Amino acid sequence: MYGTGLAKGLMLTLRHFVESYVDDIRYGFRKYHHSTDNFGIRQGTQTKGVITVQYPDEKVAVPERFRFVPFLIVEDEDHPTRAGKDWCTSCGICAKVCPPQCIWIVRGNDPNTGRPVPEPEAFFIDIDICMNCGYCAEYCPFDAIKMDHDYELASYDRTTHHIHDKERLSKPNSYWRSIAPTRAYEEMLARGTWEHKDAAKEARRGAAASRASAPPPAAERPAAPQAQAAASEASASGETAAPAPAAEGATPWTEDEAKREERRRKALERKARRAAKRGS
Amino acid sequence: MDNPALAPERQLDTTTVDEAIGYLRSEHADAVSLDDRDGYQGIIIGSGRLLEVARVIRDDLGFDYLSSATAVDYLGAGDHLEMVYHAYRTSGGGALVFKAQTDREKAEIPSLVSVWRGADFQEREAWDLMGIKFPGHHNLQRILMWEGFQGHPLRKDWREAYYEEEQKPFDSRWPGGHVHRAEEKNIFGKNVSYPPDIDLGRLMDTSESAVYQSLGLGVDVERIMDKDGFETNELVVNMGPHHPSTHGVFRMVLTVDGETVTSLEPVMGYLHRNHEKIGERNTYLHNIPFTDRLDYISSMGNNHGYVLAVEQLMSLGRKYNPPTYRSEALRVMMVELSRIVNHLWAIGFWLNDIGAFFTPVLYFVQERERILDFFEAVAGSRMMCNYMRFGGLFGDLPARIKSVSNLTNDRVRDYNTIQFLTEMINERIPRTIDDLERLLTQNEILIERSVGVGVLSRDDAINYSAAGPLLRGSGVAYDIRRAEPYSIYPELDFDIAVEEEGDMYARYRVRVAEMRESVRILKQILPRLEATAGESIWADGKPGAYAPRVPHGEAYGRVENGKGELGYYVVSAGGWGGSSNPWRYHVRAPSFINLTPMGIMSRGHKVADIVGILGSIDIVLGETDR
Amino acid sequence: MNLQELNQSEFPVPAELENNIAITSLSQLYNWGRRNSMWPMLFGLACCAIEMIATAASRFDFSRFGFEVMRATPRQADLMIVSGTVTKKMVVPIVRLYNQMPEPKYVLAMGACASGGGPFKEGYNVVSGMDKFLPVDVYVPGCPPTPQALLYGMIALQRKIDGQSIANGDDVPWYGVSSAEPTPVPVLGPDIIDPRQMDMIRRQAEAAASDMAGIGARELPAMTQVVTATAAVEATVDAAAEPVSTDALSFVLPAGGTPWAEAEDIREKRRQRALARKAVRASRRAATEEG
Repeated sequence: MYGTGLAKGLMLTLRHFVESYVDDIRYGFRKYHHSTDNFGIRQGTQTKGVITVQYPDEKVAVPERFRFVPFLIVEDEDHPTRAGKDWCTSCGICAKVCPPQCIWIVRGNDPNTGRPVPEPEAFFIDIDICMNCGYCAEYCPFDAIKMDHDYELASYDRTTHHIHDKERLSKPNSYWRSIAPTRAYEEMLARGTWEHKDAAKEARRGAAASRASAPPPAAERPAAPQAQAAASEASASGETAAPAPAAEGATPWTEDEAKREERRRKALERKARRAAKRGS
Repeated sequence: MDNPALAPERQLDTTTVDEAIGYLRSEHADAVSLDDRDGYQGIIIGSGRLLEVARVIRDDLGFDYLSSATAVDYLGAGDHLEMVYHAYRTSGGGALVFKAQTDREKAEIPSLVSVWRGADFQEREAWDLMGIKFPGHHNLQRILMWEGFQGHPLRKDWREAYYEEEQKPFDSRWPGGHVHRAEEKNIFGKNVSYPPDIDLGRLMDTSESAVYQSLGLGVDVERIMDKDGFETNELVVNMGPHHPSTHGVFRMVLTVDGETVTSLEPVMGYLHRNHEKIGERNTYLHNIPFTDRLDYISSMGNNHGYVLAVEQLMSLGRKYNPPTYRSEALRVMMVELSRIVNHLWAIGFWLNDIGAFFTPVLYFVQERERILDFFEAVAGSRMMCNYMRFGGLFGDLPARIKSVSNLTNDRVRDYNTIQFLTEMINERIPRTIDDLERLLTQNEILIERSVGVGVLSRDDAINYSAAGPLLRGSGVAYDIRRAEPYSIYPELDFDIAVEEEGDMYARYRVRVAEMRESVRILKQILPRLEATAGESIWADGKPGAYAPRVPHGEAYGRVENGKGELGYYVVSAGGWGGSSNPWRYHVRAPSFINLTPMGIMSRGHKVADIVGILGSIDIVLGETDR
Repeated sequence: MNLQELNQSEFPVPAELENNIAITSLSQLYNWGRRNSMWPMLFGLACCAIEMIATAASRFDFSRFGFEVMRATPRQADLMIVSGTVTKKMVVPIVRLYNQMPEPKYVLAMGACASGGGPFKEGYNVVSGMDKFLPVDVYVPGCPPTPQALLYGMIALQRKIDGQSIANGDDVPWYGVSSAEPTPVPVLGPDIIDPRQMDMIRRQAEAAASDMAGIGARELPAMTQVVTATAAVEATVDAAAEPVSTDALSFVLPAGGTPWAEAEDIREKRRQRALARKAVRASRRAATEEG
């Protein structure tokens, strides 16, 4: 019979319309109040009502495994021995597994010996290339790079804001533990310690050394395992295992410092000019 | 055939693939030779007699379905171009792989369009990207790039403007870390490079006129007298690339006589993102997230096909652990969930196309959001799941689907994963499908609009290499999950959805039935997940390496994705030319090949039906153009 | 905008009239209208389009912000959400569409691809960012941005509109006098050709023809210094903190200009013209006062 399809469709719409008020009746004005724990029900499998999330007044919190752009873990400021130190050892695995190749790492070198030190001198991620795949975090052997949960990154200018440098990327370890407690715990189990792998190793070694009361050649020891890892990495990628060329690693970025200083000076000048204009 | 009990009767009488190859070698000994390269399979046919042998393969041996035809450039390893064809029987069973080789300079291989119409677009693609000419092809034009583009990009010696190195990872990333934007190294600041002899004075955009020529349209429009003696004109209508109903940046050029479509030519390439060129630079692992972006509605299925292809290759080597049972069960669950997502989306937007503007879509998208929430909690992203790995998965199911408050105003949710899944599979999804059916299946508006529109006959569907619901809607019970089973599908109980009519309505019915079958599969997966709880997803207990060594050889991994047969043809160079990067990475995209019969399906219908027919094919442009 | 906001004005209002009249600046009124009736174009390119649809659908529902309804025709659209990879083949229609949009028009680059090429940047058919051809107002990173990330970007766009002013003729092209010239449509030649770069291409071709060594499209010796996020924040003194704030309501996005030199030129010209007009007006006023 003609018209039944239309009637059915309208009935369905009507049902959805009525169902959209179920939550209003159930929770009344407390619906959007953050203290009432109804969000999980409203956004879950059992709800029938409207599912609109009133962003930005209420946001769907993302699950622990959620991936957005990566960030680097640095030790908390209140850490007794390694405060502010990078977890990254600049081994370069993240740069290798990155499918669109959006990670650039400058391996750190000891200025005196020229040997690689387990800390990146600079670290860049171009978020205009990053595909949020999470490989860097997945394959990082030191749990040093993680996928962030902060998706609110919109900007008005990509040329200045979309290449994240080390300073922009670094976030404290406590932040990671707060956004992904379960995963941090699992990683701790895998690693065997809450500390960084190297730190734990050093601590063990330090303890053993003090027991034996024979100080090891202190200058070289801490760097040794990393140098080894780096060397094996380098040989795997067909390079020589010689210490990284200091010229490549260090020079351009000291220039950068100068340029950065220059930029800052210019910016201050601009500010002064603007202020003067506003004043007049 | 792994499981003869599942195959239709005819299969038992005919020869196996090996017997077919034996038959060809004895009957056509002068033209056919075995491909004995390490890890390769099938036969090589002399290109002079390709057409003749292809007819034998189709008619006498019964390989009536040409799944994939693609080209490989063996620069530095024989210096020849090679066309690789994968032909199947629609009654099920493995592939007959046959190849034809040609010189890189001359590059000519006879066209097989007269044997399998499904070769049409694929040969055009091979011409476009590899520069192989196909004498006998009726319309050999560029298909993904524009007419007038310089060079054939997939040739190994062709380099793009932002070329950096032959293979990833690039050296500039570590340890030097010379950060740069690619455009800063390019003088134009854009991803372009021009031949040195470019003549700007006589520069003309020829891409458009080429499109019209392919339709047989010159500058002059034919003068047609209708029966009353009025002079009428055939009109050329461009739909797309910006059109709300072309499901993306797809374009159709149609000629219409009044409201009736007389011919139609799909024009694509507006989202050609060079998957294959990039894929050949990538390592094997790098490609998994790129596959997410092919059919971006059902990324899990894309992962699965690619992972299967590479696992096939890896199993040729010594060090390979197949995925555990739990891994397989999880894979199947994810793939079936994305099939539901895909079909909900497809039906929703098809309704959009035939006039039920947006309201039904909203109901279906609402359901999709729940499934995406689950994907997000398990794999980390709503759409680009990047969930499968070679021999395993990214991770097991989390115990709880739990979010963590991070931003201000964040609202936290916390569910038990298994409970969430159970409710979804047993209640929500079936309820939505019921709703959908109650609303649509007997709806007279829908029936009026879709019955008898866009008919594709059974023979045409096979000959045009249609796949998925398009093929099954035309009465061909061909589902790779049954025809050439993979993963744990053999032990699962489900039916292939088939409809005989071959029209839009039949395709809709197939999709609905498939969703119900998917729910049936998911219901069988749940107890399997519970039984294997605690089992590792990796065979040896630890995640696979990030740079697996893949032995020399070729593999064609295919899965039944929501849109149809998704195949990955992967060639590993093994010994020569690198080992962790594929030498050739080709995607047999169902959305691309399903468009081949678009022209014949829409002829004689009204313009308003065209969008409906396109919607009923269900394309997604990421996959069409790759 | 509530009445309170509307009333924000430097002009004193008599107490008895406070609730009866609303004083506002014309800019505020304009912007208020514009930001709350921003109709996006129904225009999907790639993966991000699916998330855009999800944002438009009932769960996230950008109609709440006045992005009321998506229009399929550019003539009715105010906002172009470039949602996905821009290929060389597609950029031609996109520029045409943009030219057909009536002013005021805004462009939001959604996702990594539209912002800067994304994971497909190296591909031979991919444009490395929409801003190579059109002026982009807001960039939303992510691959793809989740619906909430897109909403954040859209709110950021509204903030940007709030800050625009009619009085300041160089602020946005359409507040100026003359209408903006259409963006030249690229040509599909041997590779995509931007008409604005014609001279440069010719020079390159001539150099190649005269066999000058070292001139090739890929061998540009000097590399410009890349500005990274932290450095930029340092440079932009207005922004006190890094843009990592987690609060949607405290936007600390530093206002940046478009990186597009041509647009700068046009603006500069407009500014000069506006100044000239102002000077004329001032001299006229002076003349009448004298007279």
